[in-house]
Amino acid sequence: MAVAVAVIGKENSPLYVRTVNPSSELKFMYTIHASLDVVEEKVIVGKKSSGELRELYLGLLYPTEDYKVYGYVTNTRIKFIIIVESSYTTLRDNDIRQMFRKLHNAYSDVVCNPFYVPGDTICSKQFESSVKGILIQE
Amino acid sequence: MADDVLFELLHMEMTISIFQPDQSESKRSSISKLEQIGFCTGYRLVERLTKDWPRFKDELDTMKFICKEFWSCIYKKQIDNLRTNHQGVYVLQDNRFRFLTQLSQSKQYIEATPKYLAFTCGVVRGALSNLGITCIVTAEVFSPPTCKFQVQVQRI
Repeated sequence: MAVAVAVIGKENSPLYVRTVNPSSELKFMYTIHASLDVVEEKVIVGKKSSGELRELYLGLLYPTEDYKVYGYVTNTRIKFIIIVESSYTTLRDNDIRQMFRKLHNAYSDVVCNPFYVPGDTICSKQFESSVKGILIQE
Repeated sequence: MADDVLFELLHMEMTISIFQPDQSESKRSSISKLEQIGFCTGYRLVERLTKDWPRFKDELDTMKFICKEFWSCIYKKQIDNLRTNHQGVYVLQDNRFRFLTQLSQSKQYIEATPKYLAFTCGVVRGALSNLGITCIVTAEVFSPPTCKFQVQVQRI
């Protein structure tokens, strides 16, 4: 159901980008890049308010004609972006949350690997396979 | 619990194998090596521990997390006292610091304590650095096993 998944580092460098269809990667890169400003804005607003808005999950960042972009920022300022097709209407908010939780679990496993240098691009088979689980669920 | 003991033993072995007491030069470099190991550990560990935690409000909120959750995860107890001057200096006091409890309570071995504190200083620095706070962490001991960690935040 998700068409693209991205992990963006602290200083907004892409650590991992994967799309269902490799030929459309550039287009999604553009969408992801554009969404980073929205992420930043939401984090600043979220910090000021209390309670529920301080969640790691940021919700829908913005809809485009064909896609919806969702965001999530960890406490360590790693950003996760998931893009889903707008036509997929049965998708609930909770499903998206579930996807992000899975992604976060996989990411923290990658970081805890002593051979991974934080800030490098991610090339781990395990991470790859859990991302695949998020991408293809139809 | 058994894994507590294992952690203590592992820390002891690590300290022994890295620390070289012969010359002052290698002494300093081995202390910084221990600190570096701590830094990497803290940096990675905090990624996992903050997974289900709401976003931190500010610096103080982050420090509270370090004192409670982070500390009880590693040392099975919380920090006993946190003090701050609200200008970037935090003092964390642990009245029964785990790596010092096996040491004599007198001042006899006080000169041997730095090597047992270096790892923890690094862990705290690494954790805070991953959470976006650049700082210097130093430790001081007056009478073991009481120990104070001073965190000095570097503001740009």
